[in-house]
Amino acid sequence: MKGCCILVSSLPNTPDSSALCPLSGKLLLKHELHYPDEQIHQWLNEGAVTHISSIEKTLTGRRCMRCGNTKHYLFAEMPCHACQSTCYYCRNCIQMGRVLACQPLYYGASATSYPEHPEPCEWEGSLSRFQLDAATRITAAMASERERLLVWAVCGAGKTEMLFPGLTQALSQGKRICLATPRTDVVRELLPRMKAAFPGVSLEGLYGDSPDKAGDAQLIIATTHQLYRYAYCFDVVVIDEIDAFPFHADPSLNYAAKRAAKATASFIYLTATPRRKQKWAIAFRQLPVVFVARRFHGYPLPVPQLKMIASLRRQLKAGQLPNVIAQHIASQQQRGTRQLLLFVPTIQLAEMLTDLLAAHYSSITSVHSKDPDREHKIQQFRNREKSLLMTTTILERGVTFPSVDVFVLDAGHDVFDEAALVQMAGRAGRSPDDPCGDVIFYHAGKRNAMVDAVAAIKRMNRIGSTL
Amino acid sequence: MRCLLCHASIEQDVNWDTVLKPVETRVMCAACRETLPLIEGNVCPICNRKMDCNATCSDCQKWEQSDKWQGVLKRNQSLYHYHEGIQEVITQWKYRGDYVLVKLFQSDIERIVKDRRKQWPTAVVPIPLSSERLVERGFNQAEAIARLMTRKPVHLLERLDSEKQSKKTRYERLNRINPFRSKTSVPPHVLLVDDIYTTGATLRYAAKALQDAGCLHIESFTLIRG
Repeated sequence: MKGCCILVSSLPNTPDSSALCPLSGKLLLKHELHYPDEQIHQWLNEGAVTHISSIEKTLTGRRCMRCGNTKHYLFAEMPCHACQSTCYYCRNCIQMGRVLACQPLYYGASATSYPEHPEPCEWEGSLSRFQLDAATRITAAMASERERLLVWAVCGAGKTEMLFPGLTQALSQGKRICLATPRTDVVRELLPRMKAAFPGVSLEGLYGDSPDKAGDAQLIIATTHQLYRYAYCFDVVVIDEIDAFPFHADPSLNYAAKRAAKATASFIYLTATPRRKQKWAIAFRQLPVVFVARRFHGYPLPVPQLKMIASLRRQLKAGQLPNVIAQHIASQQQRGTRQLLLFVPTIQLAEMLTDLLAAHYSSITSVHSKDPDREHKIQQFRNREKSLLMTTTILERGVTFPSVDVFVLDAGHDVFDEAALVQMAGRAGRSPDDPCGDVIFYHAGKRNAMVDAVAAIKRMNRIGSTL
Repeated sequence: MRCLLCHASIEQDVNWDTVLKPVETRVMCAACRETLPLIEGNVCPICNRKMDCNATCSDCQKWEQSDKWQGVLKRNQSLYHYHEGIQEVITQWKYRGDYVLVKLFQSDIERIVKDRRKQWPTAVVPIPLSSERLVERGFNQAEAIARLMTRKPVHLLERLDSEKQSKKTRYERLNRINPFRSKTSVPPHVLLVDDIYTTGATLRYAAKALQDAGCLHIESFTLIRG
């Protein structure tokens, strides 16, 4: 995190008069400041807001001071109208507004203090004995400074609830907290739960087109991309699903998360399927870890069955569904006890199979990332209006349906890595009323990812059974 | 080289061409190349829309039947078909302001300019942006295209309004005061340049302004035929 250090040392000390400045703790572009120019000038004169050069030269190239990008191919030149010359801009964070070299970033020194809430939590549930240990560790990490903790908890362990004691304590100390997750759907799902649990605390949910925009709340729930707009303002940063796309693949999001936190901040990472990088960090004791190997209801994870169909790919390519699968779907639907989540690797396949199955099952619906109607369709499935949901990997994590079976078609496809398979299997059996669920991986030949996923699930069940 | 759209690295083929010909740098991978389909086959001779046979399309017939617009725009030439994939590229380029994506179109534009060098007028006039929009985007997309076609685009037009075209209905686009004003001294033959031909209204208003100033023959070139 070299970038962070450079930025910290170049910041002037600012007086306390900035307590009222609404830009406090933010790092924004000119067009994101919705205040009159005189007001901004006044803040600049007072020192509440500082200019920061947006793209800095480094020894070997450039660095975008908003997203930390240093890759040369993610910078480009354009003839700039504002400065009437050729200007560099950052292509990495361009979807959050273009950072141009000739236009500075506006940094509001974070001096705002937040209220101390003595008893903020109104959640009335209780933690299971499996969750308690992790919750204690999380509380301790949040209470101290510069702590890092990885919570390795199986799918359906109740990660959000485990955070509540820690959040309660941090809020009672007047700390500012950010809960970041790579996925918009997760923000949407978490927001009402957190609002219900902490009704007296100012709370905002931020994502691409969220209704909340200001981002001044004490408890922020946001997609990791939104952290590009913050600097040195959170006392606690919780990153949910650290192994999920795009967080694990984009180093600039990690940069943004670190920059959004104060130097003294604690980091809590949550995951069910750590990547190799985190596993190494655990193995070398670089990253403290706490395991939660049992689901909150105490039952083991459903272990996937592997079913090989040699002609699977050929038949899917020809637009047919293999008979075995069609029969399984038919008998599953006839039983009628559980809903069915059907995972497919590509959007085209999802659309093709939905058309094919719609002839037999009226209560089928499908979602994918390009689907404008997806929120509504997921809600329909949740309300049990539909009994069969065809989906791509967008629903692999972060969503809970009480009673489903999970079928994965072509589990050997490249888009399904070990983490994705474990997550998809983890959709089944999440409710204490129905703790089992069938998970079937249909494949045209075993791949490492499948075998590793089954081994990982069995391992967690083994650890859990000794508790 | 990396693909400008998906950032995947592009493998250059190694064959005798690599040794014998000047290096041709590709800016797009093969998969992304497919998001830019060239217009081929039968098209409307006036607006370049894709047709079943080489007949004038119904929209152009309407334009040509009206006294006001008849013959204002002689011919439009476009490069790509409009579809969702290209819409994403244009959004990234024009609205998000990723200027460098203009390079995606460079080789296709250079080829068409070479083909049409004899037919096309030499004065290349980009459709201007309102100053408000120019400040917001930082560059004029029509001018970016024009710069790939010629070293010196001619600025003959000025835009008076600031509203976005894409938010208007066809009726609103066609029935309003001309948003363009032309300079008084204009060359007799002009090639207008814009990013997209949707209804053809923008280009015709610009052509009308030029015609009123004394222009005789006006053609247009757009990246996309919407």
